[in-house]
Amino acid sequence: MVIEYYAVPGSVAEAARLLCGGRATIVAGGTDLTPQTRSGAKTFAGTLVNIQRIPEMHGIACDGGRFRIGGLTTVTDILENATLAADVPVLVSAADHFASSQIRNAATLAGNLCNASPAGDMCIPLLLLDAEVELASWVGDEVTLRRLALAEFFTGPGKTQMRSDELLTAVEFDRPADEFRAIYLKSGPRPALEISTVSLGAAANVSGGSAHGTRIAIGAAAPTPLRARATEKLVEGRRLDAALIEQAARAAVDEVSPIDDVRASAWYRQHLTAVYTRRALNHVAGN
Amino acid sequence: MSPAIDIAFNLNGRTVQTRVAPAMTTLEMLRENFGLTGAKLACGEGECGACTVRIDGRTINSCLMFAADCDGREVQTIEGLASVGSLEVVQQAFVDFGAIQCGYCMPGMIMQARYIVDRHAGSGGELTRDDIARGLEGNVCRCSGYTKVVDAVAAVVLGEAG
Repeated sequence: MVIEYYAVPGSVAEAARLLCGGRATIVAGGTDLTPQTRSGAKTFAGTLVNIQRIPEMHGIACDGGRFRIGGLTTVTDILENATLAADVPVLVSAADHFASSQIRNAATLAGNLCNASPAGDMCIPLLLLDAEVELASWVGDEVTLRRLALAEFFTGPGKTQMRSDELLTAVEFDRPADEFRAIYLKSGPRPALEISTVSLGAAANVSGGSAHGTRIAIGAAAPTPLRARATEKLVEGRRLDAALIEQAARAAVDEVSPIDDVRASAWYRQHLTAVYTRRALNHVAGN
Repeated sequence: MSPAIDIAFNLNGRTVQTRVAPAMTTLEMLRENFGLTGAKLACGEGECGACTVRIDGRTINSCLMFAADCDGREVQTIEGLASVGSLEVVQQAFVDFGAIQCGYCMPGMIMQARYIVDRHAGSGGELTRDDIARGLEGNVCRCSGYTKVVDAVAAVVLGEAG
């Protein structure tokens, strides 16, 4: 469709009003939208809304033990943030695995989540952090915000719970406890500009060898990035020894539903899921 | 009919105005509206870095950025790097080390190399060959001559070039 109207809102309220009719395409960094519209995978709606000039959607803050990252924060901003590096290194590690320098400089956090690729790099650490997304829309005569667990946000490849009249304004999560240990692993033939064959993260509060609040998140092995809840339950509160980790690796494979595609076979993705579950849990346990 | 968007921004140190279509890329605008053909179109999807320019100090793939979003920003292309009749220090190092083969990727490669060196300056740390290679991971040279590129950038960092 031809773009009939171009708008550059200066606030969330203005943006939400523009999205009201639901016939708008949102653009931020453009790193996904440009190739998708050029290839025909996605078409522009009537209105193109450039949200890059909304100051309240930029920035990283931690207040009262809760982090808030504005949707327009770039991956480079996350990579270079000293507070995140100290408190949430797993998120910074994922930013470091993200595409290339030029793309990190343009790509936004909200864009990576809303693109809803099963392989999206920022999804996995944020799932480990039990992050919530904040969605804004214009209802009645004012901005209405709703919060949604990121784990429920994704509904399929390129699909989310976000309505066409909403925009993702921020991501929030609690500052992890001091004993929180987490790791992000990503597989691909080269470290740069790689769409993961499989990505996997694990996190837990480990004390005395036992894991509490264990979280496992897996990417590129199902229609959406997911939390491996059954595997998490299996290891919860138990000593992460070799036998339990082996059981967990098998359990994680049962939770994924990978496809065969140009990057890998389903069989290989299952294999990687087991290998990475083992590796991640061994890291978390300090083995 | 798509609307025409009038924008104004700083291009290589000068304030400029132009008119763009909403879906036009920054690369198309630089080449078509301003005749700045240094930045190149190769892959058109952010994989190769041949279109690298700097926006507000940071490098981006200009083939992915909407031209309209340049409004109010500071844009630097390879043409803005050196003054007329001389080469900028990174350009000179690429010449001195024989880092250039067919040359198609060079404007993007040099813009990203300049960015790496600038980001490193003032960090106080050491910039290793691995750091340089990582910084250039978004720039592809299909003549495949990366070793001399890293040599050139390393020499700039050490202040041996230019």
